[in-house]
Amino acid sequence: MSLDLFLQYLFAGITYGSIYAIVAIGFNIIYNTTGIINFAQGEFVMLGGMIAISLLEYLPLGYAIAAAVLITMAIGALIEMLFIRWLESPSVLRMIIITIGISILLRESALHIWGESIRSLPYFYGNEITTFNLGSVHISPQVVWVIVACAVMMAGLSVFFRSTPIGREMRACAANRTAALLCGINTRNMVTLSFMLSAGIGALAGCVMSPITYTQYDSGTSLAIKGFTVAILGGLGNSLAAVAAGILLGIIEAFSVSVVPLAFQDAIAIAILLLILFVKPHGIFGSSEAARLKDF
Amino acid sequence: MSGGNGQTMGGGQEPLLALHGVHKRFGGLHAVNDVSFSVAPGSIKAVIGPNGAGKTTLFNLIAGNLPVSAGTITFRGEEIQGKKTHAIARLGMARTFQNIKLFHGMTALECVMVGRHVRSRSGLFAGLFSLPSTWKEERAIRTRAMELLDFLQIADLAHVEATSLAFGQQRAVEMARALAAEPKLLLLDEPAAGLNIYETAEVARLITTVRDMGITVLLVEHDMSLVMDISDEILVLSFGAKLAEDTPANIQKNTEVINIYLGADDAA
Amino acid sequence: MRTPRKNISLAALCLVTVGLHLLTAATGTQYYLTQLTMAAYYGLVVIGLGVLMGYAGQISIGHAGFFAIGGYLAAALTTRNLEPFRDAPLVRGLDSLGLLAAGQDIYGAALLTVTPWAACLLAVSLAGLVALVIGVPVLKLRGHYLAMATLGFGTIVYRIFLASPYFGEADGIAEVPAFPLLPALGGFGPVVVSGGAEHRVLNFYVAWGVLILGMALLLNLIGSRVGRALRSLHSSEEAAEASGIATARCKLQVFVLSAVYAALAGVLLTHFNGGIGPSEASVMKSVRYVALVAVGGMTNLWGTLIMGVGLTFLSLRGVFGAHDDVVFGAILIAVMLFTPEGMLSLRLKEWARRLIPGARS
Repeated sequence: MSLDLFLQYLFAGITYGSIYAIVAIGFNIIYNTTGIINFAQGEFVMLGGMIAISLLEYLPLGYAIAAAVLITMAIGALIEMLFIRWLESPSVLRMIIITIGISILLRESALHIWGESIRSLPYFYGNEITTFNLGSVHISPQVVWVIVACAVMMAGLSVFFRSTPIGREMRACAANRTAALLCGINTRNMVTLSFMLSAGIGALAGCVMSPITYTQYDSGTSLAIKGFTVAILGGLGNSLAAVAAGILLGIIEAFSVSVVPLAFQDAIAIAILLLILFVKPHGIFGSSEAARLKDF
Repeated sequence: MSGGNGQTMGGGQEPLLALHGVHKRFGGLHAVNDVSFSVAPGSIKAVIGPNGAGKTTLFNLIAGNLPVSAGTITFRGEEIQGKKTHAIARLGMARTFQNIKLFHGMTALECVMVGRHVRSRSGLFAGLFSLPSTWKEERAIRTRAMELLDFLQIADLAHVEATSLAFGQQRAVEMARALAAEPKLLLLDEPAAGLNIYETAEVARLITTVRDMGITVLLVEHDMSLVMDISDEILVLSFGAKLAEDTPANIQKNTEVINIYLGADDAA
Repeated sequence: MRTPRKNISLAALCLVTVGLHLLTAATGTQYYLTQLTMAAYYGLVVIGLGVLMGYAGQISIGHAGFFAIGGYLAAALTTRNLEPFRDAPLVRGLDSLGLLAAGQDIYGAALLTVTPWAACLLAVSLAGLVALVIGVPVLKLRGHYLAMATLGFGTIVYRIFLASPYFGEADGIAEVPAFPLLPALGGFGPVVVSGGAEHRVLNFYVAWGVLILGMALLLNLIGSRVGRALRSLHSSEEAAEASGIATARCKLQVFVLSAVYAALAGVLLTHFNGGIGPSEASVMKSVRYVALVAVGGMTNLWGTLIMGVGLTFLSLRGVFGAHDDVVFGAILIAVMLFTPEGMLSLRLKEWARRLIPGARS
């Protein structure tokens, strides 16, 4: 493999990997505050892309994306308030089934609204053949958009969780719900907020990736599986490790194209997922001690 | 250390259960530290110690719920550390739990019938096709379970859902379930916790009866009067290590033991 | 369940079967029998999954995978021509065992395929074997991990069938021959699993017969020693282990059993439909099976059977129209939100109490 090709694959891997990392962080945000794995996480990404594409008819690109993110956040909040908020200590099995049900509803609603057609946002800068050269490697500006957007989101979340009062309250809630409750934190609102936040970052990721990967009503499922793979790979709840794991999975997938048929690409992520689950279910970066502290 | 009277009872008899240099570490915490002791067949041995002394951890190591960090555990002449819990149970060890673990959606009778598992053998196919061989076995399981409920004086509750019973009755069902396996060694994790004095006296009588039936008993208990009354030998744990091992009379005179109990915030 | 009650219920199910036939015959709606037949096969998948989920407490969002392994393998083995490989040792070996059938395709060319019986046994055994291999590591997982792992398994199976030319890619496999279960005997004609209109009544009875038999076996199992062990490990694995129950082995046995049920249903339905497509392996199908178990009540095998067959029949009749998947998604959410014990548990006892004053639950 030539160096150019190598770098080309590497960049593709990092691009997809950033998206997986964002989906994984979405899983983590909700998992940390509730102990729930939200199986509808991939649908937020799909919704973000689809809504932005529809709004593009009325609004300029930037506003369409912003509005799509806000609408998806509202949907996230609505879902939490309708289906999660009022359940008293539901069993894990129940929560799994409910979030799977939600993912079906979102997906099927998307099918009825947007049909089966494959859509995409336009390239934010230039078009699909616009490239700039980094040495001898051709890179689409959209790749830069994706990587920058994901990096900004991660940095923003990090600042949010560390430096804002609400972010700190959410972290308190994640560390110990009862204690947080006793300190006067409204844990229920924190859960709603976590759904909004993870819907929002999912939607934004869905927008920036749409020009490259396209958006279809059912594109959420495979993203959810990959995002979950990444979340597990990094250890559930550990967002920094999820970034590393996301980029790792992206790169593995990108390079696998030269070996495995495209149709089986999803199978690689799943095979990795199963392997990790069997060998080291607490993630390659996570410790079994830390995992035992979380109830699941 | 207390005097040399702590040798196993029953003379030269092989101990039923023996621990040698058993350690358990959780990360930096040394929960069980170099504990060695043995239980003679046909005896009642109690493990006492302040809260956090490692009593329940010790039980979980013996029953195979946790792997030991070092040391050996020998049961009926066989090393059992590293064996699965169910395999140890098959060797003849049964237990009750500190926080009762009965099965939801099952009647008291069914719970006890589960306890008969190791004493019966019908497998998946026999069950699926309800082979005639299973009928006889099922009847035997049911009869034996009924007898045990009768022995524990709760036969009238046989068809009541176990988890809906009163606390003391649930303890009795757990005991019946453990006895159903016809164990050689019975581990009782705080059998009197949450019981009133009458029920506790009943439990004391029950434990000695069980011992007289030939079942060796190892128990963890906070109720000192119960422990002193029924035990043949007492093992005292403090911060995961063995502090003393002696007869109840000598333990009561042991100044070290008295100190840790008076010094500890747990004065039970 | 005690034996007399179990037998009465099963007898009632037999009567319902005959009743359904007579009803369609009397009202001239015999075309319903086709969907009733299909619903019975799906019901078989659902009750198998019901024992796994409700009694052993293990979720599987990958059971469509086992159904598809059964269906696809039966379809491929009975349609793919082995004539070009006639001299391969494996093919010769199969032939000498009498597992191959020679015939002619529609153009009159020589056709050599595996007989349906052999294909069925191979397909079901392979599904069981896959369940065994997958089950050992998967069933060590719990909660979300188990759900994701089984979802992942289902997705891989789906991708493999979708991407393999041997399995017809997106088109699936068509023109699967009929499955002669029993030869003609005495005054009776042969028993054949096929979708032909002339076999409609027969196939209805075959499917419901298989379902009733499957149900009877599962009811036996639940009442047996192994069934008690399963129920106990669902409630407390620790206490079950302490009672000498090899929980891992128990879970694995039921996982394999439910996979075998799914695969058998896949084989029979594929012969009945004359083909199979990749949608049978999709995640949505797996979720649907889970939904049906949930609606019926996790620990209520009769509820699972009734809901599994009933809702599947309505769905197949197109009652839910284009909103089919939405309906199942909504049902799933509604049941889990309001009656996690299943729809049939819904206040029936309270109603009964109100109707019969003084009666206790």
